[in-house]
Amino acid sequence: MLAMLQSLGRKALDFFQRLGRGHILLLRILAGSHTLLARFDLVIKQIFSVGVLSLLIILVSGLFVGMVLGLQGYNTLVDFGAEESLGVVVSLSLVRELGPVVSALLFAGRAGSALTAEIGLMKATEQLSAMEMMAVDPVRRVLAPRFWAGVISMPLLAAIFSAVGVIGGYFVGVGLLGVDDGAYWSQMQANVDFYSDILNGVLKSFVFGIVVTWIAIFEGNDALPTSEGVSRATTRTVVHSSLAVLGLDFILTALMFGS
Amino acid sequence: MTNHHSQIDASLVKIRNLSFARGPHKIFDGIDLDIQRGKVTAIMGPSGTGKTTLLRLIGGQLRPDTGTVEVDGEAVPRLGHRQLYRLRKRMGMLFQNGALLTDINAFDNVAFPLREHTRLSERLIRTLVLMKLEAVGLRGARDLMPSELSGGMSRRVALARAVVMDPMIMMYDEPFTGQDPISMGVLVRLIRSLNDAMGLSSIIVSHDIQETAAIADYIYLLSGGKVVAEGTTDDLYASESEWAQQFLQGEPDGPVPFHYPARDFTEDMLDLPAGGAN
Repeated sequence: MLAMLQSLGRKALDFFQRLGRGHILLLRILAGSHTLLARFDLVIKQIFSVGVLSLLIILVSGLFVGMVLGLQGYNTLVDFGAEESLGVVVSLSLVRELGPVVSALLFAGRAGSALTAEIGLMKATEQLSAMEMMAVDPVRRVLAPRFWAGVISMPLLAAIFSAVGVIGGYFVGVGLLGVDDGAYWSQMQANVDFYSDILNGVLKSFVFGIVVTWIAIFEGNDALPTSEGVSRATTRTVVHSSLAVLGLDFILTALMFGS
Repeated sequence: MTNHHSQIDASLVKIRNLSFARGPHKIFDGIDLDIQRGKVTAIMGPSGTGKTTLLRLIGGQLRPDTGTVEVDGEAVPRLGHRQLYRLRKRMGMLFQNGALLTDINAFDNVAFPLREHTRLSERLIRTLVLMKLEAVGLRGARDLMPSELSGGMSRRVALARAVVMDPMIMMYDEPFTGQDPISMGVLVRLIRSLNDAMGLSSIIVSHDIQETAAIADYIYLLSGGKVVAEGTTDDLYASESEWAQQFLQGEPDGPVPFHYPARDFTEDMLDLPAGGAN
């Protein structure tokens, strides 16, 4: 019993210590970010590796998710003779929920894990230590550009995901199932609000971008400098950031659309 | 008083009463060390005596529990972030595996500190980098990526990178470990010649006796968190310290025991209950 309590206490302490280290790291990244204005090329290089290289998986997934939405939406709506609202169903589902959430989950798997592994290996091979000894602060030179690249890329990827999804829904709904072309677009135009739907979706993906990239960078920087340590950290990145995205999505949805 | 001043001037690094522990494991227990300007000083001792930790304490990557570490008159543990980074610009360190940045080639690795800290033109950077690469004999390997370099070549590129800002002090962390005899010879010669040609002060942390003794002006032997012997190579070979003799001759048993502490062998074999569970 005592041993169980002890182990529980140890785990709780460990959790809070990690949480504290994570916040300190985030503060250091934010405090060191002003230097990036003069060296934005570092961020652009990272946007290529975390954002551009994630495009393929985002495009393909977005297309299929949109096609499935088109098919499922049509099958439900046709029973009520409301299949002309398919455009609204597809676009609202994507813009409010699936775009930000699914692209954040994919981003965590594709870019988050890569960031953790890269930073963890740089630590294991003493590259970060060597930078410190060369008087180059790794937080400013390595971590901050990656953080901002993730934060900038995530909303863009989510927007691309949603746009491609809408086209996927159009292929299935209009192209295959015979929904009226004009109705698909005009209903969408009439019922999707720029501020309450699109901007809220962008805000969600912005928050997800911060959380996923932060977790990925923290896990990499906090990894034990061994191959096992890096592999565990990579797994933790995917698990923790996926859970964080899903949990935060509920909170954000409740705040944005609750009333 | 004059004598005191001349002592301060002669020592670039001054360590006094330094203690450092990792958890319950005490690594240093009140050691005193001086690294003289312009000399090659070796810190030797068996694996696990905290030699690398000592370099990290000098470089300010770790802070001592008690005691002082002074580099060129500045108390390293008390420096703020900015002052510490300013001091590090004058320090070079060669890591055990080179620690080259793996996403850029040898040339860009050597150019890295220059590009980060100076606003020199690319033309001038090229000249400086090629000079340093020439000094380590790898001007021809400038376009190779770190993964294409052998272990010895990596270390030489890392050495060029460490001296590219013309530091006042060079720290070598186990520079000879895992090197073939030719690479080893090259590194030994380079460390000595760079020290003399560039007017550096060097600290070598190593357990390779022959190579280190050949170029070191002064040697400290560490064990069990203390300095157990010090002096020039000749002093140490002539020393009566049992510890120095065990280390220099490579004896398996002596002051550093062959056996890890354990209960009595006979008791253990007969599995008599003597406190241990197994």
